[in-house]
Amino acid sequence: MVAIPSRHKSLVLLAGIILLQVLLLAVQIKRDSQGRLIRVWTVGAVSPFERAGSSGFGWIRGIWRHYFALQNTTKENEQLRRDNDVLKLQIAQLQGKAEEADRLAALLNFRQSHADVPMIGARVIGTSPGTASLTIELDRGERDGIRRNMGVITPDGVIGKVIEAFPNTSQVLLLTDKESGVGAMLADSRIQSPAGGLGEPLLSMKYVPNDDTVNLGDRVITSGMDRIFPRDLPVGTIAEIKPGNPFKQIRIKPAANLERLEEVLVLLSLHPLEMKNEQSPAGAQPAAPNPSPAARR
Amino acid sequence: MNDAFDIRGGETHIEVHKFRAGAIIIATLLSLVIQTWTPVHISKAALLDLPLLVTIYFGLSRRNPSTGLLLGMAIGLTQDSLSGPTVPLGLYGIAKTVIGYLASSIGARLDTEHPAARFALTALFFVVHQGLIVLTRRILLAQPEPWFNMHLAVAALVNAIVAVFLFLLLDRLRKRS
Repeated sequence: MVAIPSRHKSLVLLAGIILLQVLLLAVQIKRDSQGRLIRVWTVGAVSPFERAGSSGFGWIRGIWRHYFALQNTTKENEQLRRDNDVLKLQIAQLQGKAEEADRLAALLNFRQSHADVPMIGARVIGTSPGTASLTIELDRGERDGIRRNMGVITPDGVIGKVIEAFPNTSQVLLLTDKESGVGAMLADSRIQSPAGGLGEPLLSMKYVPNDDTVNLGDRVITSGMDRIFPRDLPVGTIAEIKPGNPFKQIRIKPAANLERLEEVLVLLSLHPLEMKNEQSPAGAQPAAPNPSPAARR
Repeated sequence: MNDAFDIRGGETHIEVHKFRAGAIIIATLLSLVIQTWTPVHISKAALLDLPLLVTIYFGLSRRNPSTGLLLGMAIGLTQDSLSGPTVPLGLYGIAKTVIGYLASSIGARLDTEHPAARFALTALFFVVHQGLIVLTRRILLAQPEPWFNMHLAVAALVNAIVAVFLFLLLDRLRKRS
């Protein structure tokens, strides 16, 4: 057997390890993406630290706000009084927009207006540790009734869908991820087209023909055709329109602030569209898979 | 390998540093945890790649290519695991394995203790790391990715600056020779 010179041993080890990982990648590419045990173990091992880190950060922030920040309280009080006067004027103006606010409140009170869709609140405790994917981690998982492919929203709009559910945590693929998408339509013209992520802050709407009229600022809402999200949830607003061949190149600014998420709602149903449209008056049950008591909070 | 020793070649000598028990594991875990939850509160923190900085630091300090690449592999695979099923296991693993090897190999030949050297090397390694990820995505996963953009340049600069201070902090974990 040919002996490997010692100075080349590490190079051989490097080549071997890279080859192994390439094989690992190849195996995954061939298979359908299923939850793997190593992911379960790793997330299970790391999520307690994430929870601790999140709590520790909140504790430190609390100390900073409630003690150190008080050094400038007098100045802040003066500033707040001035701000208060300005706000009083603004309140008078805002009263004129009360009617519009009522309509928005119907969306914001999504949970009440969609009482037939079981949902659960969850806290964001982490994000993906790299830029290769845009995901967030929630502090609720399978034990709370969460399953893969469930929709995740906030009162502002659609966030994404659950791609992995662990016993106590779950991972959500954000709408802005390259592999993400949602059945969408323009709120006014009712033109339907899926909207998807690009790995950037804006979303893309790919299949709107050049002949159709689309305007900047038009609202984009869910169409319900993806069987994940109910109809009429806000997705975003049109931010860019360019002519393309054969479809327009449309960019959408997401309605929800996906970069600053702290609390979200998980729709505890895999078929909210069916449930809403096909529910019979005689005691039809939601399609949520074993919702836990927490789901009814 | 319990004490520090010198690699002597010609007139130069480069010290191989040893660390307190568990220091590497704890620093690695901390980097991963901080990397996952910091962007929840500070969105700009997503620019940082703390696991990469830790890989570079221990590679440069330990100066053993075998341990450097193994540490890089472990950190990379853990990062893959935490990134969700859309990121295949091995994407970060391959990139960080190579970076661990390169950092250890360069660390064994150059004095990398000076902040300027650390700044330059970290920026270089960051760009190489991103290049490897793009290469893997393009060749193995058939996913189109841009080779370079301004975001990458800014991220390389930010990571290099953070590395200078982070490495000073990590220096405190070294055993005294």
